Amino acid sequence: MGRNFRDAVAITGAAESEVGILPHRTEMQLHAQAAKRALEDAGIPLSEVDGVLSIGSSHGTRMPSVQVAEYLGICPSYSDSTSLGGCSFEAYVQHAALAIDAGLCNTCLITYGSTQRSGGAGFGGGTDPWLPFSQFEAPWGLPMMTGAYALAASRYMHLYGTTREQLAEIAVAARAWARLNPDAPRHEPLTVEDVLAAPMIATPLGKLDCCLVTDGGGAVVVTRADRARDARKAPVWLWGSAETHTHSSIANMPDLTVTPAARTGPAAFASAGLRPQDMDLAMIYDSFTITALMTLEDLGFCGKGEGGDFVSHGRIAPDGEFPMNTQGGGLSYTHPGMYGIFLLVEAVRQIRGEAGERQVPVNLALVHGTGGALSAGSTLILGKEPRR
Amino acid sequence: MSNKPVPVPDSETTPFWEAAAQGVLKVQRCTGCGEHVFYPRVVCPSCLSDDLQWVSVSGRATVHAVTVVHRAAAPFKEDLPYAVALVDLAEGPRMMTQILTDAPEKLAIGDAVEVEFRRQGEGPPLPFFRPV
Ligand SMILES: [Zn+2]
Repeated sequence: MGRNFRDAVAITGAAESEVGILPHRTEMQLHAQAAKRALEDAGIPLSEVDGVLSIGSSHGTRMPSVQVAEYLGICPSYSDSTSLGGCSFEAYVQHAALAIDAGLCNTCLITYGSTQRSGGAGFGGGTDPWLPFSQFEAPWGLPMMTGAYALAASRYMHLYGTTREQLAEIAVAARAWARLNPDAPRHEPLTVEDVLAAPMIATPLGKLDCCLVTDGGGAVVVTRADRARDARKAPVWLWGSAETHTHSSIANMPDLTVTPAARTGPAAFASAGLRPQDMDLAMIYDSFTITALMTLEDLGFCGKGEGGDFVSHGRIAPDGEFPMNTQGGGLSYTHPGMYGIFLLVEAVRQIRGEAGERQVPVNLALVHGTGGALSAGSTLILGKEPRR
Repeated sequence: MSNKPVPVPDSETTPFWEAAAQGVLKVQRCTGCGEHVFYPRVVCPSCLSDDLQWVSVSGRATVHAVTVVHRAAAPFKEDLPYAVALVDLAEGPRMMTQILTDAPEKLAIGDAVEVEFRRQGEGPPLPFFRPV
């Protein structure tokens, strides 16, 4: 394949801030803590950062990249706070590659910080009265975001006969991976029966079909390819990327059973010159069990309606043939509102061989983030070697 | 006194809520391409025409997706469990609603429903639906 903008860059740093329940922290502290750790991981000084791509989850973070840059003392030549919800960070990697390839900047710092659990910041949609949500959805009492995903799940299960037991397999595998992650909050084993017995939130999704609600942040450093080769650790290369959104509110989703991954998956694979079966690791957004299930199908790892069988019998669990969400995912590791930054951090660690007890052999990893009510999607394909 | 969120009509949505107060379900219809449009807009999302007329619709719909809510924010707790659905109007548009029924678990995708306006708190009557 011919050269394209993705070849201009590599990821050289990735880190999390403190994660968990952090009542003593502010959102900005978590941005800054993650930024410091990611730049130290990269071995790149703050003075080289000339691109800032940031978003937070509280309503108070207006102009997030501007606030983060001021806090860290950066006057960038590229700035980006595009909000695609939970997949903003996958899209930021693509934006960073475009900006660096175009010569707008050399080193981009991507950050996230959230105290959505302890800070009580609203999440899941604005409240301005003119919003369609405020007039035509809020009065119905759908618990957000679970209710939106429950509606999609109801339609999906109706069409394909997928069972709650099959959805539960995703939560069970996530917990099995989390047991190998010393930073995960829960290490007790989880069974399909446990998931089915958990309190129902909105049918067909019970409490353990839903991600954790935590505080936390993360950061990733994307830099010019020649600079990346001189950085502290081996670069992680960008093979493919794509982003889209298909609607905002769940009532306006074109097809409740087809996620944005059906657009970004094929586009990302085409840009990389690769196929689903070439992937050694899949980091798939799992805000809810149904999110991961439909995304796997839409990315082409299995056929439409086959996701329930695909995730069963331990295939996605440790020692299974399809390593997925190896740090425990949003379901059993952490989920501070916009979880996509954590998918990236784990993919980088796995590609570098830094994942400890949960390490799997990875040359190529797929990362797929989801934002809003299955509204936005962004897919990245990352590799240990540069794209040929 | 209910603290449930109530719609605050604006220049785009007032015709919808005024019709609701008369017990009539209205949506927009695009003169340019003939599509029915919901939620209300100043331009058609199919053809960008700004010639959108308010028309009465039948109030008949089909359940497209449905969830029975068992955990909810404070103002809705008194109603648990209740069914929130996406319904497809006979004329085309999809809308979110609550289905009025004593047996929410028995609702199924494909069920026929029809509109029934009811007040909830201080706002205008809302277009609930009920199984036919
Ligand atoms: Zn039109």
